[in-house]
Order: sequence, then C-alpha cells, then structure tokens
Amino acid sequence: MREVVIKTINLTKVFGRLVAVDHINFEVYDGEIFGFLGPNGAGKTTTIKMLTTVLRPTEGTAIVNGYDIIKDPAHVRQSIGVVPQEYTADEDLTGWDNMMMMAGLYGIPKDVAKERAKELLEMVELTHAANRKVSTYSGGMRRRLEIAMSLISRPKILFLDEPTLGLDAQTRAAIWNYIKKLKEEYGMTIFVTTHYLEEADMYADRIAIIDRGKILAIGSPKELKDRIGGDIISLKTTNDDEAIKIISNVTDGILDVKKVEDEIRIKVKNGEEKAPAILEALLKNGIRVTRMSITEPTMDEVYMEITGRRMRDEEGSREEVFAFRRTLRRARS
Amino acid sequence: MQGERRNLSLYHGLWTLTSRELKKWYKSPVILLLSIVQPIFWIALFGKAMNLGGLFTGTSLNIPGLTIPKQIIDEIGTEILKQTFGTTDYFSFLAAGMLSFIVLFTSMQSGMSIVWDRRLGVLDRLLTTPVPRGNILIAKIFNSVIRSLVQASIVLTVAVLLGMSFAPKINAIDFLGAYAALFLMSFGLSSLFLMLALRATDWQSQMAIMNLLNLPLLFTSNAFYPIKEMPNWLRPIAYINPLTYSNGAVRGLLLGISTNLTIDFLYLGLFALILSSIGIILSWRYLSM
Repeated sequence: MREVVIKTINLTKVFGRLVAVDHINFEVYDGEIFGFLGPNGAGKTTTIKMLTTVLRPTEGTAIVNGYDIIKDPAHVRQSIGVVPQEYTADEDLTGWDNMMMMAGLYGIPKDVAKERAKELLEMVELTHAANRKVSTYSGGMRRRLEIAMSLISRPKILFLDEPTLGLDAQTRAAIWNYIKKLKEEYGMTIFVTTHYLEEADMYADRIAIIDRGKILAIGSPKELKDRIGGDIISLKTTNDDEAIKIISNVTDGILDVKKVEDEIRIKVKNGEEKAPAILEALLKNGIRVTRMSITEPTMDEVYMEITGRRMRDEEGSREEVFAFRRTLRRARS
Repeated sequence: MQGERRNLSLYHGLWTLTSRELKKWYKSPVILLLSIVQPIFWIALFGKAMNLGGLFTGTSLNIPGLTIPKQIIDEIGTEILKQTFGTTDYFSFLAAGMLSFIVLFTSMQSGMSIVWDRRLGVLDRLLTTPVPRGNILIAKIFNSVIRSLVQASIVLTVAVLLGMSFAPKINAIDFLGAYAALFLMSFGLSSLFLMLALRATDWQSQMAIMNLLNLPLLFTSNAFYPIKEMPNWLRPIAYINPLTYSNGAVRGLLLGISTNLTIDFLYLGLFALILSSIGIILSWRYLSM
C-alpha cells in the first residue's frame, strides 16, 4: 500500500450562494503526479488554495503531509511548495533576489540558500538571467522562475496551479519536463491542476476530473479510458432521433448510444468491424449518414463521457483569462 | 528534507520582507531621486516664501502725524512672534513642522504597497509561506518608517543649509528624542494606512483615502500656526491630531519652544501601540483571499 500524503475529508468551500467545492474526497499518494482536471470555474484553484492554507474551508478539512490544514496550517506551509496561477515574483527585483527572498521566508540559512538558489536556477536554465530584473523576463522564463522559487525549501509536495496556462507548446513541454524531473529525481509528490486534457493524459500518474465543485472520476489515464470500454463511433445523419432508435434496436454488440451536442456517439467494441453494419442498418431505413468517424478513446472522449460536454466549451472563459492577464501586464509596465 | 536547520522564530521573514521593499526603493534611482527632491522643494519654496518673521520685523510703518522709531516697531514685532510661535525664528518653527509633514506624506504611501502586492499576486505567494501573517504587515510598517525617517533627515539637512537654527544648548539626546517622536508617529500612521488597505484591491480607492486624509491632517495640526491661534471648534480636533504632538516634541527638543514632552511622547507612544496592534490583529483575520 502506498503512503497517502494528501487526504481530503468532505472538503467544501461556499462563496455566498456559489458552492465552489462540494464535499470532495480524494487521496494523493507519495511520489505521484496527481492531475486535477477540469474547466475554468470547476473549483480547481479553490481546492488548491484550501490545500495550501490560503483559503479556509467552509466545511470539512484535509490532511497534507500528516498535518491538518485547519488545525496546523503552519506545519503544512513549511512542508509544501506552491506555484500559484498568477506570476508572483517581485518584478522590481532580480531573479536571484526573489530566490533569496523566498529562502528568507522559509527561514533557510543564507549559506544553504545561496547554494540551493544557484542549483535551482541552473536546473530551470535561468542562470544567465539571475541578475536581471524579473520585469524583463518572458512568460516562459517567469514560469520557470516561479517553479524554482517554490523549490527553495525542498518541499515534499509541490502544488502547481495551471503551470502551462498561456504558454506556447514548446514551453509547455519544457515545463512538464521539469515537473517530471522533480518526481523522478527528488521523489516529490506533485499536485497539478490543468485544463489541457492532453497534458493530463501524457504526464499525470493519476487524474481526478472535477466539474462544478464535484469530483466525477479518479484514476490513471488508462483506467479512465478503459472505462469507456471500447471505441467511439461518431455520426451525423439526416435524422438523428430516428437513427438512435434504429441503432439501439437493430445492431448487437453496441454498448451505448447517445446524442452529444450535434452528433450521435456510439460506444462499441471493435469499432472498425461494427461501423459497416451500422451504416447498412441506417441506409435500409432510409437515413443518410453525412459524417462519420471512429476513434480510440482519448482523454477528450473520457471527459465528454463523464461530464456530458466538451472541454472546448470553456474556450470563451479562457479568452477572458488572457484578457485579464494582458490588462495586468499593461498595468505593471 | 527533515531535520534541516531552519530559523522559524516568531520574527522570521521580518527582515527579509523589509529589505525586499527597501531594495525596490534604493535600487530604482528615479523613485529615490523624486522622493528626495520633493521634500527639498517643500522646505526651500514653501518654507522660504512663507516668511512671517520678515513680515513682523524690518518693515517700516508710515502713518501720517505719527512717528514711531523703527526700533520700537521691531520690538513689538518680535514680541508678537514670541507670543505666537514661541520663537522669533518662523523659518525654524516651520522647518520643524515640515519634519512631521514629510513623515505624514511618506507614511501615507505605505497602504499602496499592500494593494499592489495583492494585485500582482505577490501576496498570494507570501501567504503560502510559513511567514507569520503579522510579520507581513510589520515589515511594511518598518519599511515605511525607515523611508519616512530618511526623508525627514533630508528635510532637516536642507533646512539647516537654508538657515534653520537650533536651540543654543542642544545636544545629541535632543536629536535622538526628535527622531523617536517622528518614529512613533510614522509607526502609527503607517499602521493606520496599511490597515485601511488590508482588504482593498484597487489602488484608486486607496488614493482617494490618502487624498481625503492628508491635507486635513496637516491643517488641523500646529504645523503652520500654534493651536492657541485656532478658532474654538478647531482646537479639539488639533488636540486629537498626532501631528500636533510630534510637532510639539520636535520643536521642544530642537528649538527649545516650551511644550509638555511627557504628554507628547505618551500620546505618540499610545498612538503607535494601539494602531499597530489593531493592524496586526486585523492582518491575522483579513490577510487572505
């Protein structure tokens, strides 16, 4: 049995009438990358803020590194590192100054701190920029500095809130490589939120899918995909309602048929073999298929299966986040 | 990870956070220069232009049919000045008041830094570290106090260069005392303005609060004129205003103008103690998201 390092017990946060996090229960094991996946506003950041003792739960509690977040927040803070969603480094100071400031806040003696800061800046490839003001850094550099800053205390658990938000694909991959390195080289437990499905799929050991404050599923990416139990055939037809009736009655070996948004999703074993039979049955009843695809389950499918909608529904609010960021950047300069 | 030596005392992080803000100050030459130039302008332009001393002495009156010797006019003027301000040297009187004034203006800025820290996410980061919540506030108070005292020293230097004269028997302890009075007032005022900013997220309302309070605080004190010259309704307000007491202490110690130093320091001490205590208690409660 693996050691549990985070355990939430009916963790709940209510803002006025909005139940942001609704009695969630989960466990995170020692040394794993735990992905917290969900759209914006699902309760990811609220959960991370409660676990990192910045926000007080309305109800329930959590045990982090053996300490209760409500009764013993000081010990929790000493044993964790946090990379918040916003850039939090002091822009008017250099990268080096920021590292040393963090060390001071954790009470790390100067000689130890200097050595460690050097090593960490090396790891995130910022040694060349250490003596430059943070305001001159690019987005990727800033994110790397944020990660280095939160590692100065050698935390047992590292919390990252959307570490790749707003970064280009190449930088995103680089950030994830650092995260993997932390897990492999230091045995650190990583709790990371994201709304990029592919990232969770590729890098997380286990994933929790959260939506509207509730956890809908937990498991390894493979377990979650296996839940779907087969391939997905997506159809667009001239008469969807009739087609659904025909497919669920006529053909055998079909696990599930339902309409999601503007297409029919059919869950089957061996999609390649079943597809022709389905087409034939529909044609016989005078329904024409206008579009068809067969996919092996991806996290995208899993997400849709579990939440009943696509992740890209949230594109709009992601735009808002960027707009907010831009405003903030302008305000800073 | 375990057993690592760490200095997690009650005060840890205090100096780290104070030096962080001081660094921002002395490492950006423009801000430093501006903050030095501003008090110089005040003392040089305002202090020298508002020369009440010159108004009462050295003028000659030409009233028809009446010949008053110049010596008598000067003596009367001097006596009026002495009665009103406790000294014949109005520039020195004003310069001593300027010290409190610059401390007030600098301390007021303290609230802004917490608003910016919140907006730029720095506060988010600080709150996840094991630094005691109260220390975040105390560090900001310290930073503000240090800046204020540096500014006051500049004003004092410039005032001396422009002709401010001290009491004849002045000694080092008098100077220390004057700085102690300014320290206490700055401590209290910084706490007050930080407290008002604890929950604020936008800097505009913070600016509005500052503008609402700065001139009234200045003009309801004895910075420009003594309390006994004030209308009756204004006097009680002047007696609540901490500036009145720091002016009293500084003038008493540096210029030898009679004042009750015990009351001055008692008031300033209580002012600093009470406001900083409230600030720290509020920071435990409100320094969160």
